Amino acid sequence: MNVPLYERVWMWAAGVIIAAFALTVAVGYGASAFQPPSHVETIDPANALADPRFAQRGVTLSERGATVVMVGMMFAYAPAVVHVPAGKPVTFRLTSIDVVHGFQIVGTNGNTMIVPGYVSQFTTTFAQPGEYLIVCNEYCGSGHHVMSAKLIVEAAP
Amino acid sequence: MNRADRLPLANFGVAFAAFAVASAMAMMQALSRASLDLPFRSAKLYYLSVTAHGVLMALVFTTFFIVGFGYVVATRTLNRPLATPRLAWTGFWVALLGTVLAAGAILAGKASVLYTFYPPLQAHPAFYIGAALLIVGSWFWSVTMVLTYRAWRREHPTEPAPLAMHGMLVTAILWLIATLGVAIEDVVLLIPWSLGITQTIDPMLARMLFWYFGHPLVYFWLLPAYVVWYTIFPKVAGGKLFSDSLGRLVFILFLLLSTPVGFHHQFMDPAIPAGWKFLHSMITMGILFPSFITAFTITASMEVAGRAQGATGLLNWLGKLPWADPLFSSVVLAMLLFAVGGIGGAINASYMLNSAVHNTAWIQAHFHLTVGSAVALTFMGTAYYLLPRLLGRELELGLLARVQPYLWFLGMALFSFSNHITGLRGMPRRVYEASYGGSAIAANWKILTGVSALGGLLLFASAAFFVLVVLGTWLAGKKQTPEPIEWAEPLEPIAAKSTWLDRYGLWTVVAVVVILIAYAVPLWHHLQTIRFGSPGFKPF
Repeated sequence: MNVPLYERVWMWAAGVIIAAFALTVAVGYGASAFQPPSHVETIDPANALADPRFAQRGVTLSERGATVVMVGMMFAYAPAVVHVPAGKPVTFRLTSIDVVHGFQIVGTNGNTMIVPGYVSQFTTTFAQPGEYLIVCNEYCGSGHHVMSAKLIVEAAP
Repeated sequence: MNRADRLPLANFGVAFAAFAVASAMAMMQALSRASLDLPFRSAKLYYLSVTAHGVLMALVFTTFFIVGFGYVVATRTLNRPLATPRLAWTGFWVALLGTVLAAGAILAGKASVLYTFYPPLQAHPAFYIGAALLIVGSWFWSVTMVLTYRAWRREHPTEPAPLAMHGMLVTAILWLIATLGVAIEDVVLLIPWSLGITQTIDPMLARMLFWYFGHPLVYFWLLPAYVVWYTIFPKVAGGKLFSDSLGRLVFILFLLLSTPVGFHHQFMDPAIPAGWKFLHSMITMGILFPSFITAFTITASMEVAGRAQGATGLLNWLGKLPWADPLFSSVVLAMLLFAVGGIGGAINASYMLNSAVHNTAWIQAHFHLTVGSAVALTFMGTAYYLLPRLLGRELELGLLARVQPYLWFLGMALFSFSNHITGLRGMPRRVYEASYGGSAIAANWKILTGVSALGGLLLFASAAFFVLVVLGTWLAGKKQTPEPIEWAEPLEPIAAKSTWLDRYGLWTVVAVVVILIAYAVPLWHHLQTIRFGSPGFKPF
């Protein structure tokens, strides 16, 4: 194939740019500073509220950080307000008892789908204390736009 | 009017009707998100209209337009009739029946499940059956395109396929590969479940099958636009195509890379292991390459055109180009918006970076630059070019046609830039209104949703101009002897014999192998997991 010189230069440049993009992503993947929520765990959605993993909802504090257990439903989260410590890793464990929902902590990288029949899990650390808005970002029915919760990040005492 | 052109014109007619309805829905949505109180405004109606807009624009307008355009390319570039005209007409009626069923279910309020129709949201069975018929009808098109090419190939054993046909043939093959996923989702999972034959459904399996289809879908939209850019645009610009062989390479690369990337829509999903998401992220980066080549080749073709008109300086060739021609301006403005959309796409594809934008207003801003501009604007420009040539009528309301692409560009710039920013600030997509009970964080988005609404108004005006021009030309355009459709010549004459780039069977096999690498293992693992199904919900 006869490729004109200018275009050959351009194609090499495009290749280098794409390789740089890919490398950036690969370094992030290797360093695993933040992975997308790719947890694999299933649960019976009809029985999720009674399931031992989700019967006790809310925050459990530990030496190392906190675990938040929440359930999404049309059109609310249970619990609707959670308190977590700043500067420590917080693990969220979420599931849905009806349709697919989203879970996005506005202004952070906390973002996952909540799919009935599955447990979503991710860990993140909140540097800034304050009040955060959690919104459902996947259409879940005519009340989708009111589905929200509050996350209060408290400064260490 | 040529008898054989009735088929593409019938397809264009359905496409433009869908476009007109969907545009009106879109304006209402843009105003609603800005919390402007309109008569009849309600959440139910909003989600109904988002569903109608998505289905009619993304699936009906695009598919019917591409089908019609494909037939024009096949018959004109190969200089022969379609191999199977009856099959092609049957496909049109089947797809139309499917569209009427699905659109009826949506407008009756029985299918507000959006164009992604994720279960366990459950629509009326007519919606799923209509979708299946639309897909089957489009398969008849793919088969007709392949059989017509093969008939031509028997008559011309050594020539390379004309570039436009090369692109449309790749589109037809890609469509057969892509729709397999959604057809299985629809026919095996959704239809029996909506009819009550099966009680529950696995929402994750449905999502994986949908996104197996959902990404090549965007290249099904884009490749016909690229065919216009490569084979009609350089001629209208007054020059030649800079490189024919690179154009061929671009289409083959899309055939190979379009499908094994679907997990990049599911980065934030549970139940898909991180390694597979990473692999799909890497392959997605590869798809940037053919579009980078296209950006150069088409821009270089514009320079060739400008210099052919006598330009000599560094940039004054830009001034020699036909900026008042609606096909020319549509394509140039589509390319400009697509450049921004493409960079945004690289951000979306960047694995962990995706968590900052997933399902926010950023996403709708992104795809309105790609499908809503690169594709839709090109198709509108193409309509201005093709309709007079197919109908044998003059383009009516030419002033509106000349203004329309610029108005679209302006409206889309306002709409898209404001939504990119509100998305980065965390505003979710697809919400009826975004005040969250007076939340101070949500109040941050307010002004920009107003800018987005203004963009929506301009886009609606532009869409209305387009529909008026189409109606005026079709019904009242002055009869004339149709001008020929002229395909751009390459700067360097193409090879006398077909090359490795014309080996479609071989490339299809390679594409299937790459898809198996990306999908076979994760799908198999998923099916081995103990899973719990969901019953249907109708919260609309």
